[in-house]
Amino acid sequence: MRRRAFLKTAGTGLLALSSPVRRALAAGEPIRIGLLSPLTGVIAAGGRELVDGFNLYWDQVGRKAGGREIEVVVEDDASNPNTALQKARRLVEQRNVHMLVGDILANTGLAVAEYVKGNGVPYFIPVIAADDLTQRKRIPNVVRIAGYSASQSTRPLADYALKNGVRKVVTVSQDYTFGHEQCGGFCQVFTEGGGAVLQQIWHPLNTPDFSPYLPQIQSLNPDAVFAMETGADGSRFTQQWANFGLKDKIRLFTSMNATDQSIIRTLGPEAEGVLSAGHFCEGRDDAANKKFVADYEKAFGKLPSIYAFSHYSGAMWLAQAFDAIGGKVEDRPRFLEAVRKIKLSASPLGREVSLDKYGNPVYDIYIRKVTRRADGKLWNVPVEVYQGVSQFWKYDPEQYMKQPPYSREFQGIKKA
Amino acid sequence: MKRSAAAVLTAALLSVPLVLPGYKTSLATEMLIFAALAMSIDILAGYAGRTSLGHGALFGVAAYVVLYHVTVAGGDPWVAALLGIAAATVAATIFAVLAIRASGVYFLLITLALGMIVWGICQRWTSVTGGENGLRGAVRPAAVAGPAAFYYFVLAATALMAFGMWRFVHSPFGLTLRGIRASESRMRSLGYDVSLHLFVGFVVSGFFAGAAGVLYAFFNSFASPATVALAQSVEGLLMVIVGGVGTLVGGLVGSVAIITLQNFVSYHTERWSLVLGLVFIVTMIFAPEGLVGRARILLARHAARVREP
Repeated sequence: MRRRAFLKTAGTGLLALSSPVRRALAAGEPIRIGLLSPLTGVIAAGGRELVDGFNLYWDQVGRKAGGREIEVVVEDDASNPNTALQKARRLVEQRNVHMLVGDILANTGLAVAEYVKGNGVPYFIPVIAADDLTQRKRIPNVVRIAGYSASQSTRPLADYALKNGVRKVVTVSQDYTFGHEQCGGFCQVFTEGGGAVLQQIWHPLNTPDFSPYLPQIQSLNPDAVFAMETGADGSRFTQQWANFGLKDKIRLFTSMNATDQSIIRTLGPEAEGVLSAGHFCEGRDDAANKKFVADYEKAFGKLPSIYAFSHYSGAMWLAQAFDAIGGKVEDRPRFLEAVRKIKLSASPLGREVSLDKYGNPVYDIYIRKVTRRADGKLWNVPVEVYQGVSQFWKYDPEQYMKQPPYSREFQGIKKA
Repeated sequence: MKRSAAAVLTAALLSVPLVLPGYKTSLATEMLIFAALAMSIDILAGYAGRTSLGHGALFGVAAYVVLYHVTVAGGDPWVAALLGIAAATVAATIFAVLAIRASGVYFLLITLALGMIVWGICQRWTSVTGGENGLRGAVRPAAVAGPAAFYYFVLAATALMAFGMWRFVHSPFGLTLRGIRASESRMRSLGYDVSLHLFVGFVVSGFFAGAAGVLYAFFNSFASPATVALAQSVEGLLMVIVGGVGTLVGGLVGSVAIITLQNFVSYHTERWSLVLGLVFIVTMIFAPEGLVGRARILLARHAARVREP
């Protein structure tokens, strides 16, 4: 048994070394994509939508691209970075996937990124938003296809607020890196444009009750509040904001996750009219976008969330890259090069989208407003668009990266 | 009989990277690391009768220190290993001072609370611990960088630790711990300083948990609040319980059983935590003394039957 196993391994090894054989194998063998998703744990609902969105696209194209079959191997990362690492190892070392895609929580994505840094396996992150993965701590084989960096979308929101007469804000944000970065992007642009941040409130993830913070905000008398919330915090904040009667008194701007479908589909009138900024806008009047939303709604009976959308678009992106290289994903440098060069058009993202040279997409950011659709469902519709927004906003990339990454201590706030 | 079993086990452990290369070797490495953690918990749970829910935190503290020393401070991994173990031992000393006066469920709760404090610090002290995102970077020493070399390194380290722990619990001092488990008041009336003995037992146990944490840091190149979280402590304790409390080797058996199950079941269904829960319940009903404990009972019965004419 042992000798046989050894012979088998040695044989496969030799086969793998000779490239003609490899090419012959490549023709018949499917492209295996390892999809990591939190199917259990704190963000399990989002994890399900991630898988649904990703599979929806492959089903639509008959699970074929670049002349090869597509095989998606799903693994549960359990919303835990240690499990994510273990599963990534299994996908690569046991299931022999050609690439990894997915994860939702930044810590799981960062753990997997560290793993692929060592072995060069391509890893695509349509949701993992940690700024530095495409800025100061870039990894060549980690590419943010159809994704976004945390501070990218909140900068246009700050600009929009300034243009609409907001001068004093209070920020409320979850106290972790994603929050620090989203809030930092907002605060930097807002204060550089002449606005003032009166106070920043940081609260732990899963805050059950916002009532200690709300009177505090009211007494500061700001023009508007910027709230960065994800998950259950998002719905609780919006509800309590309305319950405390602040909804019509102080303008509310939020990060895109706070008004994502995963949140507002469970909310009522309290969410109506809330403004946010994002690259996805399910209520946008555009053929490709409408088709995606309609297909998704038909298949799963609900409007798509950011997780479904990002992985649907990510699958689209990969399919075009597979086509460009004739399915030869084994040639990693060429494959990654192709992914970086894709100009994705006719996707739910809107106009043609491409990556900047740091591996992060440049695209239109919509200022979105939660509105009621004809059938009574809440969705986000665009009220303004900022075209071609990069992760560096209007800053010079090299210059920008000299400033420290956003943290609770550094928010890029310009002193008046 | 016992000797041949040990020989088979040794041969099996030594041949892992040859027979099961790739992912399975890394899985086996993980099993050994968790076996070391589980055994360190067993020193207290099985021999001193004190069930700790804070060992995941000690394990994680060591992992954090290794990552911090290598990736942030730019130090040497071997020095980091010593610092990691030292940090876990210091943390265990603090834990011990606060916890040893309690027993039973109170001991459980105090260690749980102390573990949560460590978790809270890792979560909130962003400038040092990286907060929710944790710390990451290649920390494995160059000499044992390859998967097979690393496996043998972990195997050697775990074997050394297991031997150390075995010597410890079977020493006269270890016997006093067992005495305390059996009857604290009797030990006290015999003139033993129960608190001191428990204190030393706790610190030694924390030392080994820290050593396991260092191996884990080398293995994963990553530490985050999940590494020090309650779930980590609970997992270690479950391994001890499934394997057999008070057997030491039960830690290894439990770690192998649970990690295999996790991987095997999650391969087939995303409801793997449900299956795992059922397995625990079944184990508790049919083998409350753990797999090793159960096996010993069966062997003893068999031996008795053989002896009878």
